[in-house]
Amino acid sequence: MSAPNPMLVALNRFGLGGRGAASVYLANAAADPRAFVRSEIDKAPAMAATPDLKATPELVKKLFDFQAERQAERNAAPPPAAPSTAGGPDAAAQAGPALEKAAPKPPPYPQQVFRAEALARIRASALAPVGLRERLVAFWANHFAVSVNKSEFVRTTAGAFEREAIRPHVMGRFADMLKAVEQHPTMLHYLDNQQSIGPNSRGGQNQKKGLNENLAREILELHTLGVSGGYDQNDVTNLAKIITGWTYAGRAEQMGPAGTFIFNPNWHEPGEQVLMGRTYPASGREQGEAALADIARHPATAKHIATKLAAHFVADEPPPTLVNRLIDVFNKSDGDLKAVTLALLASDEAWSAPLTKIRSPYEFMLASVRLLGLTPEDPAPVLGALNQLGQPLWAPNGPNGFPDTTGAWASAEGLKLRLDVAQLMAQRLRDPPNPGDLLNDSLGAAASDTTRDAVAHAETKQQGLALLLMSPEMQRR
Amino acid sequence: MERSAVFVGENCSRRSVMLSGGAIFGAACIPKIAHAAGARDPRLVVIVLRGALDGLSAVGPVGDPDYVGLHGSIALSTKAANPALPLDSFFALNPGMPVFQRMYRDNKAAIVHAVATSYRERSHFDGQDVLESGFAGPGHTTSGWLNRAIAELPKGDRAALKGGLGVGAVTPLIMRGGAAVVGWAPTALPQASDDLAMRLMDLYQHADPALARSLAQGLGIEKIASREMSGDKPQGGNDIQLMRRVAEGAAKLIAPQDGPRIAALAFDGWDTHFNEGGGGGRLAQLLGGLDGAFEAFEKTLGPAWNDTAIVAITEFGRTARINGTVGTDHGTGTVAFLAGGAVRGGRVIADWPGLKEANLYQNRDLKPTTDLRAVLKGVLAGQFGLSPSALGSKVFPDSMGVAPMKDLIA
Repeated sequence: MSAPNPMLVALNRFGLGGRGAASVYLANAAADPRAFVRSEIDKAPAMAATPDLKATPELVKKLFDFQAERQAERNAAPPPAAPSTAGGPDAAAQAGPALEKAAPKPPPYPQQVFRAEALARIRASALAPVGLRERLVAFWANHFAVSVNKSEFVRTTAGAFEREAIRPHVMGRFADMLKAVEQHPTMLHYLDNQQSIGPNSRGGQNQKKGLNENLAREILELHTLGVSGGYDQNDVTNLAKIITGWTYAGRAEQMGPAGTFIFNPNWHEPGEQVLMGRTYPASGREQGEAALADIARHPATAKHIATKLAAHFVADEPPPTLVNRLIDVFNKSDGDLKAVTLALLASDEAWSAPLTKIRSPYEFMLASVRLLGLTPEDPAPVLGALNQLGQPLWAPNGPNGFPDTTGAWASAEGLKLRLDVAQLMAQRLRDPPNPGDLLNDSLGAAASDTTRDAVAHAETKQQGLALLLMSPEMQRR
Repeated sequence: MERSAVFVGENCSRRSVMLSGGAIFGAACIPKIAHAAGARDPRLVVIVLRGALDGLSAVGPVGDPDYVGLHGSIALSTKAANPALPLDSFFALNPGMPVFQRMYRDNKAAIVHAVATSYRERSHFDGQDVLESGFAGPGHTTSGWLNRAIAELPKGDRAALKGGLGVGAVTPLIMRGGAAVVGWAPTALPQASDDLAMRLMDLYQHADPALARSLAQGLGIEKIASREMSGDKPQGGNDIQLMRRVAEGAAKLIAPQDGPRIAALAFDGWDTHFNEGGGGGRLAQLLGGLDGAFEAFEKTLGPAWNDTAIVAITEFGRTARINGTVGTDHGTGTVAFLAGGAVRGGRVIADWPGLKEANLYQNRDLKPTTDLRAVLKGVLAGQFGLSPSALGSKVFPDSMGVAPMKDLIA
């Protein structure tokens, strides 16, 4: 198999695809693909200024207010009547089309925040010159997955979690990202650590409650060492003990402002603990921080992360030479993720491996938005499509996140739904561009004759655009 | 060649028309339709058939001696297994359209044949832009002629007050512009059309076999393939059922007293390059869908049907000769359908160019002898009284030389 077109490697393997309306990027991608990708690594992070998005403590405080208000309303209101079928969706359908619908009720607070955060994420992805940084944000957000379906707390703070714990570190040190993630209220809540109490702590003795190993297990299995990383059940239990007392301030704000990370010494399991053969002397919050700092630098972690990154960007079964080089860079650079990314970008493997992976639904949707030159003002169409396509934003089924393999996303049903979505997207364009022109402007010589012919012979602009969105050039990366 | 329209009614002799070589406005040929004076509340629906309808398979010139030789196995015939529906001694309708034939016999439906826009290239994209924008050439995509027609109505006019209705996920170009437009689309997430799916399958089979296998499985491709190939088993695909439903929905919106009076719809799928089918098959199914749409408007509009005109138009026609895959390629002259209580029907209006090789446009297409803008202007003038100058400058810019066709509206 011949090496892939370097422009497609730059735009699709490393980025989120070309932006149709911004052809200067395309010219740069074609002229010097490696420099084009590199340019985004050196730049300041996108989404630096997001004045309308709030920090976690403010969000949590408002969430608590919202919940208290709702409870008060419920207490005051009479019990709800039995649900009536008269106004159900069937009745509405039978009544035929209506030109004007009643103004919809504003969504509840958690959903409002979720939509604003989603829009910010989608726009950052849509507008980035290359999209590599946004790809990394999505990669790490999936690595440290949380789900908005867990609770209103996660729904309200999932976006802030990504902005605060992940974004600042995608070109930083892995150990720093790990600490920021495991001390973030969203992760502590999602994996139940706010309920985990040292059995021998003062709180444990008083409340007859104990450990919850959920977060500790996922730190070792998913976040750092990997499932075959050499830890055992004792390590899980001991790490759970080490991070007892890691929680966030609640409504009562006894130990700090609501929604801030706090260390509760009354819940912390006393005594020294052994993790992966190392002994961590009794202390407080520092015990957990020292443990995380060590496992972030563990060789198993380096291997886990390097393999996952290479599998994400290059191939489901990445070339071992590439993985080994990334492991080496990770170890020698003390887990510097910028150094690892640069090594990936500089590797021959990344530019020679055929484009066998298929875009995830998120990548497909954003690449389509970019190709069509759209600037989303409303997250709903993209969010709706992601739900349809099985990758709802910030809502994987479990802490292991969404799958990252071609087999998972190139499924029979998945492709069919993707085609439905592509058609819908094309049909919703107010002033659809000529698909042949768009193909030339976006893919240029990288498009195959087959794709070129199919698009040129479409019977409508919309059909041509749907074919372009579904073409192998737009699906493979 | 003289540009003139020939009106051919059921009672007219095709021979006399052909021999006359010019315009005939014989009283016997024009059905007299009475309507209550002063009480008219006209409505107009324009259906855009995107993909280029094969006029010669929709309305076959079965009396033309060169027709069968060119259109081969998909030529319509009143003696075929799926017999075409006679319209007059010369033209017969595709059997997929029995409702339209009934309307025609009741003088509520007419056909204009050998008609085309001013566009003479063969790109769908540009052709549709010309058809819908109403400009003489491509490259104008900010407003459509139907919207500009609304803008030209007298301010107090009922149709002007109510604005237009644009059906679809977005307003079709034909209805876009400065005049007020309300939008409506069927709510369910539509599945990709069979045609789009087959085209993508074809692309994947050549360019990405792994994706082809997956997609084939996802689509249950055997089902679609059998529907496409075995031309004579109409099963009514998703997109075909949709035409009636969309028409019903649109009719419900324009029927009420306070509803818009002017609506635009678009139906895709007419690009029949292979296995087009004649009296049965893919095109007949599509025309059946269009027929269902006409019927839905008739039934749903109730009394408003009497003052309604529906026009179905397409960007261009298809080759007179069938191609190597029993379909037709992009051509020029085609048909326009008119239906509704307001239409002076029972006629195929054509200055028939003939199908002898020398008479074909560029030796391949039905030669257009009527400018579609003349038809559309005639409908707008008849329904809403728009002046030739407004029609020739604002609605269809730079077309003063194209006179509105007379007497289309009863």
